[in-house]
Amino acid sequence: MLSYLANPQRFMGFSAWAAPLLAVLALGLFAVGLPWALLYSPADYQQGETVRIMYVHVPAAWWALGVYAFMGGASFVGLVWRHVLADIAARAAAPVGAVFAAVCLVTGSLWGAPTWGTWWEWDGRLTSMLVLFVIYLGYLALWSAVEDEEKAARLAAILCLVGLINLPIIKFSVDWWSTLHQPASIMRSGGSSIDPSMMGPLFTMAGAYLALFGALTLSNMRAAIFRRRVEAAELRGAGA
Amino acid sequence: MSAFLVTFRRDLALMWGGGGVLAPLGFFLGATMLVPLAMGPERALLQSAGPPLVWIAAALAVLATLERLFQADLEDGSLEQMLLSRAPLEVLVLAKGLALWCVVGLPLALAGAPAAIALQAPVERIGVIVVSLWLGMAAFIGVGLVGAAVTAGVKRGGVLIALIVLPFFAPPIIFGSAVAAGEQVGPALAILTGCALAALALGPIAAAAALRLQAE
Repeated sequence: MLSYLANPQRFMGFSAWAAPLLAVLALGLFAVGLPWALLYSPADYQQGETVRIMYVHVPAAWWALGVYAFMGGASFVGLVWRHVLADIAARAAAPVGAVFAAVCLVTGSLWGAPTWGTWWEWDGRLTSMLVLFVIYLGYLALWSAVEDEEKAARLAAILCLVGLINLPIIKFSVDWWSTLHQPASIMRSGGSSIDPSMMGPLFTMAGAYLALFGALTLSNMRAAIFRRRVEAAELRGAGA
Repeated sequence: MSAFLVTFRRDLALMWGGGGVLAPLGFFLGATMLVPLAMGPERALLQSAGPPLVWIAAALAVLATLERLFQADLEDGSLEQMLLSRAPLEVLVLAKGLALWCVVGLPLALAGAPAAIALQAPVERIGVIVVSLWLGMAAFIGVGLVGAAVTAGVKRGGVLIALIVLPFFAPPIIFGSAVAAGEQVGPALAILTGCALAALALGPIAAAAALRLQAE
């Protein structure tokens, strides 16, 4: 499938119907998942209604990581096989991942205020997500700073892979650090197992985020390819 | 091996002769000086927060030296000479990193001693703070090589390097500050050494890959 789509012409044909389809799928899943999560799912016995933030927060956290892994894979393909579409895919996914990380941080902060009694806690997971967000920003900044697009793609791919190797190390050290500093009173260790009735809306929302990511990334890629075609046409026009 | 030594000595001479040592040292001392001005001079507060802040100042001081590390080589053509050399580029990049570690890292680590004392760190902990700072410098420089290499072609890339490199400074900062604060010194020092070795082993590989693109 991937090698079939590696041809830009076939990719454009595929994405012309896949992007809108995924967008409709995302809309549908949000239309089901949001009311289910926000209105019809049970409230938590301890957190009450605030637990509903989880349905927006947790999928954002999952896919902020998932998108980075996707970018790592695309960067690897782009570096090794020098494939333009892989470069474009990594670049197209980055803003979506950065926004997911930002959504995760903001909703986490909103969730922390009523449940932990603070807007921000230097908890291990919050801190690693913040680091991931900064890595996304650095990746995007490098892309826009290097003028030659092909060079920017390769350099950003190297950076992305370095980040991929580093993420587990950062995760491990931040966990070690937060257990050292974190007073155990704020984070409740209980409530780790989620009630089955919450799984349905949670996974629906996760699916909605994934479909949204697919739709946005495909549209971003199409926009990038169209822009390159326009630039190439302009060059040809200038030469003639 | 000789290409490694030649590059090492060339960078050593360039940085030492070009006054490359004084600027980061001055930056480090200036940043340290601002800490009590911001936090107030209370001894108890400084004692707990001061020594880790030495780490922040040192990390920023090293960061400031990275911008020109490969940019100068790219501009004056030395990078092309390095690419033409029979020695692998990775080895030459490592030589440059180690030169930076000696010329900038070692003085900064030594300057950490008076800075930590001024910020009320216990005197018996100064030795281990200096050693940990020097190890941390290796970790910073190893990661910094990558940041410097991917931004070598960008004009005024200093802030960009900072944005790219700072998240990767998290592990050495965490374990280095633990040493400075006297928490679990042994294990933290061991992991810090691991960070330094990993950064010096892997950083030059990624940096060399980026530099090959820069020279194209």
